Amino acid sequence: MKLIIATIKPFKLEEVREALTEAGVRGLMVTEIKGFGAQSGHTEIYRGAEYVVNFVPKVKLELVVADSVADQMVEVISKTAQTGKIGDGKIFVLDVEQAVRVRTGETGEDAI
Amino acid sequence: MNKKYLIPLSAAAALLPTFALAQDAAEVAPSFDEIGPYLMTTLLFLVGGFLVFWMAAGFAMLEAGLVRSKNVTMQLTKNIALFSIASIMYWLVGFNLMYPGDFNGYFAFNFVPTVLEPVGLAAADASLDYASVASDFFFQLMFVAATASIVSGVLAERIKLWPFLIFVVVLTGIFYPISGSWQWGDGWLSEMGFSDFAGSTVVHSVGGWAALAGALILGPRLGKYKDGRVNPMPGSNLALATLGTFILWMGWFGFNGGSQLAAGTVGDITDVGRIFANTNMAAAAGAVVALLLTQILYKKVDLTMVLNGCLAGLVSITAEPLAPSLFGALWIGGIGGAIVVFAVPFLDKLKIDDVVGAIPVHLFAGIWGTIAVVFYNGDASLMTQLTGIVAYGVFTFVVSGILWYILKATVGIRVSEEAEIKGLDTAELGMEAYPDFTRS
Repeated sequence: MKLIIATIKPFKLEEVREALTEAGVRGLMVTEIKGFGAQSGHTEIYRGAEYVVNFVPKVKLELVVADSVADQMVEVISKTAQTGKIGDGKIFVLDVEQAVRVRTGETGEDAI
Repeated sequence: MNKKYLIPLSAAAALLPTFALAQDAAEVAPSFDEIGPYLMTTLLFLVGGFLVFWMAAGFAMLEAGLVRSKNVTMQLTKNIALFSIASIMYWLVGFNLMYPGDFNGYFAFNFVPTVLEPVGLAAADASLDYASVASDFFFQLMFVAATASIVSGVLAERIKLWPFLIFVVVLTGIFYPISGSWQWGDGWLSEMGFSDFAGSTVVHSVGGWAALAGALILGPRLGKYKDGRVNPMPGSNLALATLGTFILWMGWFGFNGGSQLAAGTVGDITDVGRIFANTNMAAAAGAVVALLLTQILYKKVDLTMVLNGCLAGLVSITAEPLAPSLFGALWIGGIGGAIVVFAVPFLDKLKIDDVVGAIPVHLFAGIWGTIAVVFYNGDASLMTQLTGIVAYGVFTFVVSGILWYILKATVGIRVSEEAEIKGLDTAELGMEAYPDFTRS
């Protein structure tokens, strides 16, 4: 099993959710986050004073999938979330040791 | 418009002799020509007065929107408290200090509370050449409250409640009435020919000077100016700030229109209409200039500057809302809007922290409006206008500065660092403005 962590632009969330559901994903965790990457924030002006917005709002997706479909899901996310402009986000893939469905006690890939 | 009002009044006047005859044959009832102007002017004061009263709501909403959420309850508290205190102080001493009748022109030793006419005043006992004392008192009282509101906006988010209210007591009871008497109480500046129709200087600059003295002595909010940078502190609710600005705009029709101080002739009531139209034009021009300038200078429109620009347009036309043409009102108000766009960052450069932009709006645009009188009012001279501006500035800045220093040295005027960071709502009042919306 793999844990896919993806940070994307907030306005892309609905599109990515639809694409993942179509690809067969049955569960998704979503968190509103702030952070910085290569974009390193941007400047705004309020009442004539320039200031730096250090942290840009993003949405973080976390999903656990079977090893066999991990690459496919990563591709779905990166294709759907891409605008080609700075700040599109990042995707990380991690190994998952175990998964448990609390209701039934199922474990491993059966639980996801 | 005129006819619509005058016909029922004339009809009423025609009936009066009948009533009078029934009561006392010897008593001659006044004709409409005699009491009409009194009725109309009194009505003007009442309508104007409640429009200006509504400006208190405008100031409250503007300030509530431009402070951060953690200080909103405190800002609202200060606004309702200062208006109420101004109402009491103006009755207790203010009104008679400001309108003492005959006096030396500088300071009237006339510390007496305001007394109204008896109930059911007879026409023979009324000052038929003017208006009822009660309506005059009610109208003038609303202006002093506006002055105090200006101070609360500048010093927001860091001043202690009670020292601020003590300042308001003295400002509304003593400072404002004394300087006001110089012009509107037929004092020395009025004698000299100074011209300030509805109070660009007498009301708005005075509030601005008192606030400037306070801002210098109080210091900026924590973290506002750090390492040579200005750290913006965006307001909590721009919808409220915009509502407040519209309310102020509406109230200003009473502020300037009522200051015609007469409505009983075709000429006077027509002038009131002219003032309404000019006032509206100046506000619109101030807003449009700020809209354009922020787009050009910052590549994005800044709504808070547009709101300030609109108010600066209003302050600019307040010293002479009658004489200019609509085009005159347009460019006078427009320059007011420009003043704001440049003055807000200028004050930040000087590290004078004005939370809502009231110093550019009321003080700088007030000075501009007072100078602009000379362009359309042939009776005004530049030297006299400048004399008035300097006299009001020096007096108000010095006495306010002294009072702020005394308050600072005795009770202290600034909240603790912890209270300021926590927000005055929970630290000083234990009550939040938006308790249901907690940030996780």
